Amino acid sequence: MFHPANPVKMTLLNKMTTTNGNLLEVKNLRTYFDTEDGIVKAVDDISFQLKRGETLGIVGESGSGKSVTNLSIIRLIPDPPGKIVSGEVIFKDNDLLLLSNEAIRKIRGRRIAMIFQDPMTSLNPFMKISRQLMEMTQLHLGHTKAQAYEHAIRMLETVGIPDARARADSYPHEFSGGMRQRVMIAMALSCEPELLIADEPTTALDVTIQAQILELIKTLKRETGTSVILITHDLGVVAGMTDHVIVMYAGKIFEQARTAELFSRPGNPYTKGLLRSVPDPIAEQGKLYQIPGQPPDVAHLKPGCPFAPRCDHVQEICHREFPPFVQLNADHYSLCHFAREVFAESGNPQISQIGSV
Amino acid sequence: MLRFIVRRLLITIPTILVVITLTWGLIKLAPGNFYSGERPLSAAVENNIREKYGLDKPWYQQYGKTMWSIIGRLDFGTSLRYEGQSVNSIIRRSLPVSATIGILAYALALVVGITVGSIAALKQNSKWDYASMAVAMLGISVPNFVLGPILVLIFSLTLYWVPPSRWNGFPSRNLILPVLTLSVVYMAYIARLTRAGMLEVLGSDYIRTARAKGLSEKDVVIRHALRGGLMPVISYTGPALAFLLTGTVVVERIFALPGLGNYFIQASLNRDEPLIIGIVAFIAITLLLMNLLVDIAYAFLDPRVRYQ
Repeated sequence: MFHPANPVKMTLLNKMTTTNGNLLEVKNLRTYFDTEDGIVKAVDDISFQLKRGETLGIVGESGSGKSVTNLSIIRLIPDPPGKIVSGEVIFKDNDLLLLSNEAIRKIRGRRIAMIFQDPMTSLNPFMKISRQLMEMTQLHLGHTKAQAYEHAIRMLETVGIPDARARADSYPHEFSGGMRQRVMIAMALSCEPELLIADEPTTALDVTIQAQILELIKTLKRETGTSVILITHDLGVVAGMTDHVIVMYAGKIFEQARTAELFSRPGNPYTKGLLRSVPDPIAEQGKLYQIPGQPPDVAHLKPGCPFAPRCDHVQEICHREFPPFVQLNADHYSLCHFAREVFAESGNPQISQIGSV
Repeated sequence: MLRFIVRRLLITIPTILVVITLTWGLIKLAPGNFYSGERPLSAAVENNIREKYGLDKPWYQQYGKTMWSIIGRLDFGTSLRYEGQSVNSIIRRSLPVSATIGILAYALALVVGITVGSIAALKQNSKWDYASMAVAMLGISVPNFVLGPILVLIFSLTLYWVPPSRWNGFPSRNLILPVLTLSVVYMAYIARLTRAGMLEVLGSDYIRTARAKGLSEKDVVIRHALRGGLMPVISYTGPALAFLLTGTVVVERIFALPGLGNYFIQASLNRDEPLIIGIVAFIAITLLLMNLLVDIAYAFLDPRVRYQ
């Protein structure tokens, strides 16, 4: 189940035995957007848990609802047009959706911090880096200016900004993309949050920097014991970073499993399609695989399975009935009429080989 | 930065020379003369006048003399209509009147416009938003030669609250109506600019970051959004303030104020060549300087802007 070679997960195992509990439980969350085109069900009835110290990956195409899910958790959905229609977000015995605006603000940044996709635009261009970091601890930890400044420099050193003291008073545009994302991480971690939500933290960065940033998140997570939700559309990132994976499509969870199992034995045709879309320089010669068709328009979903028009396992029932959320084993679920068949098929290496040619 | 300012100032000089030349040419090309009236003058009188003012000389000599006086001695000459008064002294006398009204009007427009625009942006699509933007549209659409007399009618001639016209120094109650009349258009325009600028910034990634930090909405707006949101207003301030400082023809006329605008319109009607050139040059200089000031302000407000 665990990668024995990965020390991060080994320490997690130890941690989990001492504090066995969920840090976060999302139950039946629905977030809708009221647009001119109709009601967009960006997130439609999704549930998942995150154990303390674990890393959860959320994968999906653009528009699948992965970012909206996480913005809903800390209630940063722009309202209007967005609205959390129903559900619960239990964070340490509190339903975040029921908290007052003031109470949720004390959680944002302090207990749940976020890193966003584009470090070029996510930092305030008019404000010195140091001040943007100081704001966090002055607000949440009651630091004085001097304390906050020292803390900011310590955080910048932690995330590997060379010569942090000299560079703290720079403006964001004087930093490179990778450095800015380090600043974002330093900012997010400066109050030692219990949960870090990283929304595509490496998408806007080039590949060598990506690896550095992911390594940094991994290291800091190991040192601080922070739980992480990592949103990405890059399956490679998920494979190396996470304990559990959720695959989202059209605002729904299509598959949920332990990372290793999801990769070795997917139980959903959509996941299989995604896995096949990853270029494999050894096996693949010639054309790259892509899932045919386009993601559906979530404002106008038809009654059946939203993936049916693109699915290579599609049957008549898929167009008619919404699929069940099938439990395949202790923590492996798949939203598909034929989840068991697909799961069995991918368990048999011969069949899955034929399926992926 | 210093090199940038010096270079910009040097560029100003040829620009102003071109402006003066064009103005001079247009006046010369237009038919009629400052001495022509309803009754034609006798040839002898006309010749005397032409000789006295150097109009009998060829055009390049006239042009050369005018330009030399302006460039060499910064002297725009003597008014043809207000006898014995130099153009420089007229500008020096009337500028304070125009500038007082203009600065007060723009200050009022900034305070009201930014407040209204920010609130409209924060409560986007609310009743307040729609109402304030509708009023702002009205403010932009109503010309001040309509607004001015209406205000006079209501507040002076009906309610007797404030004097209807005339300059009475600063501060005085005479200022209220002209300042208000002048301010409304700018107020409305700034409100709309602020709203648009703030909406753009409030939807940006770094505001989402600020909210994710747990900052209160007040801190998000004041510390993070306002600076970026007001950049359009800053760029607008340069030309707006230049025109306000140098006098506004209509308002000064309505309220009978001895400002630059009033002299400008008189000079045009009288074909008072030196005065026209003087005021035009002065407006051009002010406009160029104001734009330079805005560019300098930009460099201070936005750390990404650095001039080479």
